[in-house]
Amino acid sequence: MSGAEATAGGVHAAHPAAGHVRDALVSKRIVVGYGFWIFLLSDIVMFSAFFASYQVLVNETAGGPSGRDLFDISNTAIETACLLLSSFTCGIASIGAQAHRGTWFYGAMTVTFLLGLAFIGLEAHEFAGLVAQGAGPTRSAFLSAFFTLVGCHGLHVSGGLLWLLTMMAQVFFKGYRPDILRRMLCFSLFWHALDIIWVGLFSIVYLMGVAS
Amino acid sequence: MFGKLTWQAIPFDQPIPLCAGGLVIVIILAVLAYIALKGWLPYLWREWITSVDHKRIGIMYTLLAMVMLLRGFVDALMMRSQQALAFRSDGYLPPEHYDQIFSAHGTLMIFFVAMPFVIGLMNFVMPLQLGIRDVAFPTLNSVSFWLTATGALLINVSLVVGEFARTGWLPFPPLSEIRYSPGVGVDYYLWSLQISGVGTLLTGVNFVTTILKLHAPGMTYMRMPMFCWTSLASSLLIVAAFPVLTATLAMLLLDRYLGFHFFTNEAGGNIMMFMNLIWVWGHPEVYILILPAFGIYSEVVSTFSSKPLFGYRSMVMATLVICILAFSVWLHHFFTMGAGADVNAIFGIASMVIAVPTGVKVFNWLFTMYGGRVVFSTPMMFSLGFMVTFVIGGMTGVLLAVPPADFVLHNSVFLVAHFHNVIIGGVLFGAFAGYYYWFPKAFGFRLHENLGKAAFWCWIIGFYVAFMPLYVLGLMGMTRRMQHYDVAEWHPWLLIAGLGALIILTGIVLQVVQLIVSIRHRAELRDLTGDPWNGSTLEWATTSPPPAFNFAVLPRIRPNDMFREVKEHARQQASLVDPAAYTDIEMPRNSATGFVCAFFATFMGFALIWHIWWLAIAGAVGAYITFVVFAWRDRTEEVIPAIEVARISRGAAA
Amino acid sequence: MRLAALAVPLLLTACHWAVLDPKGFVGVSDVTILIDSVIIMLAIVVPTIVATVFFAWWFRASNTRAVYRPGFFYSGRIEMVVWGIPLLVIMLLGGVAWIGSHQLDPAAPLPGNKTPLEIQGVSLDWKWLFIYPDQHVATVNQLMLPAGVPIHFSLSSGSVMTAFFVPQLGSMIYTMNGMVTRLNLIADEPGTFYGEASHFSGDGFSDMHFDVHAMPPDQFAAWVKSTQSAGKTLDAANYGALAKQGVLPAPMTYGAVEPTLFQQIATQKLPPGPGPETGRPDATVSPRTSQ
Repeated sequence: MSGAEATAGGVHAAHPAAGHVRDALVSKRIVVGYGFWIFLLSDIVMFSAFFASYQVLVNETAGGPSGRDLFDISNTAIETACLLLSSFTCGIASIGAQAHRGTWFYGAMTVTFLLGLAFIGLEAHEFAGLVAQGAGPTRSAFLSAFFTLVGCHGLHVSGGLLWLLTMMAQVFFKGYRPDILRRMLCFSLFWHALDIIWVGLFSIVYLMGVAS
Repeated sequence: MFGKLTWQAIPFDQPIPLCAGGLVIVIILAVLAYIALKGWLPYLWREWITSVDHKRIGIMYTLLAMVMLLRGFVDALMMRSQQALAFRSDGYLPPEHYDQIFSAHGTLMIFFVAMPFVIGLMNFVMPLQLGIRDVAFPTLNSVSFWLTATGALLINVSLVVGEFARTGWLPFPPLSEIRYSPGVGVDYYLWSLQISGVGTLLTGVNFVTTILKLHAPGMTYMRMPMFCWTSLASSLLIVAAFPVLTATLAMLLLDRYLGFHFFTNEAGGNIMMFMNLIWVWGHPEVYILILPAFGIYSEVVSTFSSKPLFGYRSMVMATLVICILAFSVWLHHFFTMGAGADVNAIFGIASMVIAVPTGVKVFNWLFTMYGGRVVFSTPMMFSLGFMVTFVIGGMTGVLLAVPPADFVLHNSVFLVAHFHNVIIGGVLFGAFAGYYYWFPKAFGFRLHENLGKAAFWCWIIGFYVAFMPLYVLGLMGMTRRMQHYDVAEWHPWLLIAGLGALIILTGIVLQVVQLIVSIRHRAELRDLTGDPWNGSTLEWATTSPPPAFNFAVLPRIRPNDMFREVKEHARQQASLVDPAAYTDIEMPRNSATGFVCAFFATFMGFALIWHIWWLAIAGAVGAYITFVVFAWRDRTEEVIPAIEVARISRGAAA
Repeated sequence: MRLAALAVPLLLTACHWAVLDPKGFVGVSDVTILIDSVIIMLAIVVPTIVATVFFAWWFRASNTRAVYRPGFFYSGRIEMVVWGIPLLVIMLLGGVAWIGSHQLDPAAPLPGNKTPLEIQGVSLDWKWLFIYPDQHVATVNQLMLPAGVPIHFSLSSGSVMTAFFVPQLGSMIYTMNGMVTRLNLIADEPGTFYGEASHFSGDGFSDMHFDVHAMPPDQFAAWVKSTQSAGKTLDAANYGALAKQGVLPAPMTYGAVEPTLFQQIATQKLPPGPGPETGRPDATVSPRTSQ
């Protein structure tokens, strides 16, 4: 497969007889995965800017509530469980897609979607509760930074859910085409990266916030 | 229905912007009408707008940069004339207009001239130099370009509808917060930069992947031309720095739109955080611009000295050192904020250290000329002009990195002179050198040589006449962004600076004339060899202009090929191919994704600026659907049959 | 370049080069470091420029006397030199920067044992307010100093960020709302100096300059006395009026000052200035007095 689908930049059309140029062949899957990794790195850099701003503003409560007063650790623990579990099911979906096994793919994707939706629901619930008790993002710089950091991750997850549905539809209508499998690879990388960022968020924002 | 947008937004009472905007609209409509009447629209759509060919995209980037250079330069002329006139008077531009002009000038010149110029050249040249057929993600490349164009368009719309930011090219809070800048100007700035920033980031991702993952057989890292190395370093910096810009501007947007408190005076906002974040992006940004220019000089100096680049490994090392150090110096932009002596000293020294690898580069270009046969072509003239000018700019830069000296020069027009010294003398001269050097490759004919040299002399003399007085004025204590002033000693120097701007204007006019004359006389200037300068890198091994697939047979680089042998061997391989040995070449199909997506992004950006929420949502949905449609395509590639490949290559060779 | 060469003699003689004509210890020290650094760097910059022009000219393709050496593209010795020389220069300059940053830290007290005079500065849209807490007077858009006495400035902003700069006295520093920056300056001799805001702060920015009058200490004492006996009191209400956006036609003084006014501004007990009226930019939205 890899030889037949070398990239556009590439090298597919190199002399078929010239076996010695094979060493330069890079499969599209590698190139796409590599590029997506670079993109994810840039995304992580963006998150680190938000993390930094949170760290700078964490004590700027302007007389309002601090993390200690606000964070409900059991709620976030459930969120964490949902997201970690969804990463596992996303992995299963990837394997299912690679193996062209519809039941596994659709089943695991559906579970992933539901877990992701549950995560977003819990987060929305938490945000709504904070706003209702007057601790919305306009209350203080600390809360602005908190809502932005956590909300940015939430937006990523929401975007991921939309992508997930699009992926399922694509597989449904187009089958396990190589380009669709490459997109599935990117999707699962994306989903796992969101997990990694969440772990940082959970530790730095919630655990340290409650402990301080 | 239309948010904040009313007829009031159009400046009917202000003749200057209205006439300027009206004129631009008339010109655009006239050009569009001419194209439509000539029946060129289908051609444009097929061959350019939907093209995913890196060469076409590179040319469009360069064209965008040149058009925006004209716009940005008009702003420069207005600023120079205002300051020349505004001694003990209000001049002809009231502050609310003048402030928009210097903000627009800086924003345009950095984001929509310098960036697209270097990205355009990288796009055009880098895959050719690597000996490959396109970048890693061709459609993404087109998306990047069109998003950049969207940003440029939005900024120009602000000329007629509403206003542009009055906060400088970096919108420092709290001045840029909603309380002190309630108009839409800052929103125009923020959304056009957010949208074009996405494009730039995707370019960075695309180029890093291309350079690290795709090269012709035998093209190992240490055999890559210098320009590819500097493109790699620049792209890495884009990937690492632009997300910070996105995050910072997002925070300011949240402050302005939703009442957050990142950088406000109230509720614990912290403006010093903005300074830090924006310069964590901003300082690497100048290396994003200058590194590709360094690559261009390396190619040009080597070619026109008929010698390999001196100290290639040293140059690679210097490039990477600059790339890494770029992230360790941001604080030198605000020594005067009252950080402690240790902090200032450490960042000052870190900034100076960057001068070491930069100095190494200059010396290596010097020794490239040593023992060479220097030909004074236009690109070489720009390179020599750069070497002389840039060391002066570097010197004043290191001076500004000495905290006590910065304490009296910070924010003065001395600083303005310094960064124009390195941006014009470094980035722009590099971009021009690249433009003159690769133009024959892109179009198959050269640019008129004497007009080019005349333009060069106007540019360099104009530069010195325009900016040396600013150094002087900075030492006289003149701060930047003054709409008027009462200090008599400043006036003559500002008149001289205005004269310098006029000399540069002559240079620009000459460049436009040169382009027109060259196109009209293209038959005489035609280059059939594909290698008019006797270059050494792979782009000179193929025809001019190169075919869509760049190389009929991918060149193979032998380990011991030196200098021109690389190109000569590639040419030999191409000419020795048995006609029967050509194979089908698979190339990515054209796609309107980039253009359509940018179309929606334009509406979305405009709607967000004016708080027209339904349109913003419609734009976002449209952009999403565009991507889904793209993803739904069944045929992503197009095969150029072997027979066609043979015809194109043989035809060109004949 | 030719222009720069012309400028050098001018640079040494002209008396209007505010930065290069310092009138106080801080300015003198800043400029000494500035000039030393330039001289150190010229030692490497001038030979480089000369070599560029000479190499390009001598090795021109038409020069038959120049030897063509296409094989000369690496030399370990030259590499050592081209890395070594800039490194040495930067080490030297780095030392200058390190020592200079510490000696001239704006917050560090000036040498000598004279008690400094305390002045509190507040940048407003678009004027400068200077409060003399010990003399209980205040000025707007003019700064009176006793010559020969070190001045300790505490600076803040009543609206956006800008910077306080008197070129002939030396170092500048930012003013930021909700924060106090510190700066030590001294005027060695009497005189009138130009002072300005040196960070763009909005439409009236160009009018945000002031005259610094350094006078003998007895004259300064007389000025304080005469000011105390005249003029309004600067209290929260008057400050509120002053903090509105606009440009003052002429400098003014206050004969008395509410004692904690500066602290109230710096700690935001007195809110920052209100900013412009909303609407499309014109002279009424961003008020300026025409000159």
